[in-house]
Amino acid sequence: MFRPRIIPVLLLKSLALVKSVRFEKHRYIGDPINAVRIFNDLKADELVFLDVEASQKNRLISLDFVRDVGEEANMPFAVGGGIKTTEDIKAILNAGAEKVVISTYAAQNPDFIKEASDFFGSSTIVVCIDVKNKLLKGRRTWILSGSKSTAFNPVEFAQLMEKNGAGELIIQSIERDGAMEGYDIELVKSVSTAVGVPVVALGGAGSKEDLMEAYRIGHANALAAGSLFIYQSRNRGVLINYPNKGELNFD
Amino acid sequence: MPQKLTIVDYGMGNLNSVKRVLDRMRVDSIISSRPTDIANSGKIILPGVGHFGKAMHNLQELNLLDVLHEAVRVANKPILGICLGMQLMAKRSEEGNVEGLGWIDAEVIRFRVADKLKYKIPHMGWNQVSIKKNSPLMENISGLSEFYFVHSYRLKVNDESDILNETEYEETFPSAIERGNIFGVQYHPEKSHDAGIQLLKNFIKL
Repeated sequence: MFRPRIIPVLLLKSLALVKSVRFEKHRYIGDPINAVRIFNDLKADELVFLDVEASQKNRLISLDFVRDVGEEANMPFAVGGGIKTTEDIKAILNAGAEKVVISTYAAQNPDFIKEASDFFGSSTIVVCIDVKNKLLKGRRTWILSGSKSTAFNPVEFAQLMEKNGAGELIIQSIERDGAMEGYDIELVKSVSTAVGVPVVALGGAGSKEDLMEAYRIGHANALAAGSLFIYQSRNRGVLINYPNKGELNFD
Repeated sequence: MPQKLTIVDYGMGNLNSVKRVLDRMRVDSIISSRPTDIANSGKIILPGVGHFGKAMHNLQELNLLDVLHEAVRVANKPILGICLGMQLMAKRSEEGNVEGLGWIDAEVIRFRVADKLKYKIPHMGWNQVSIKKNSPLMENISGLSEFYFVHSYRLKVNDESDILNETEYEETFPSAIERGNIFGVQYHPEKSHDAGIQLLKNFIKL
């Protein structure tokens, strides 16, 4: 039986594993490669690594880091952070990643997604859509780690990205990030019902029930989270964890 | 000296993850696009991600078609196709509407799902495979093990005896094939935790 993927999203800052709240207050968690080893043991479905400083500092995520992850990971992983050229993508794939995640540059230059998916195939190209409300405008897609808004509303942007060849979309609520109080289900649903490619829910998951809800009501095809898999509970004691098969019933 | 395993590099996607798993298993392997390396190797892995038409074009440009046919059809060397590499073994594909290697009596067609909300395309993620026949490739792999899939097109196999695994994604499709020395898996064993590593070990032991 096909089942939704459960995906830990790991944030990097200066090569350390960190966790944010509303894209700010990055707290040091530990060594990212050690986290990969733990997620190997826990048989995680897939991992996503995002360098939260790369686009703002106008550089690419460290290729040495991607190689280190590739050496360890027994599962597929996707990597994002400052990707702007097909050469960047080639270098990341050669370093061992299965997929790349493009966010800022996808909104700055939507045609790049077309170029990238033509070259590497749609299934390699993931677009992450960071969403926050803008005063008097409603939901907008934000870039540069949530520091700058764009004119794109998330549903229209998702459809444009699908049309340009993105094989998967991560829909992330900036406002819910780190809150552990549940996904923005309405946002997830608005996107998943508007596109034909897989949609990954991100931002706000604090319990297994939240994951189930994003699948059942939000129609997400994969359920991603940071805090949920890094913290023991809402008290936020660091403990890398991952649900057992069978703990979640998606029937 | 035991003959090497060659991972065929024809410019289609990530070959390093296969190589890395083999290295960890201490299997002597090389990544190569040279016809002589393929001719001299004992076993072949044909990986690949991307467009079917472009893949066939690349194989032709690199002069690999003849040497692959010779190794697989005449010398009967074991070959494992992974993902697109498996699809290339079919007679033709809807993707680019071009002919494949033609080793398996099969076509590659696009998924045609009705419930488009639940079954998004690409089929991306973990899914169970059922084992349809006894095979050394499936040794010590339990029925209904999960493997990692990423694909928008799938095989339609005409000779049922070629089907090694089946998987359900609304429709039931062949997720692995076997005919003599020819093996192909739609999923990615190199990214499928223990079951995938077991499958690669089984291929090495052939």
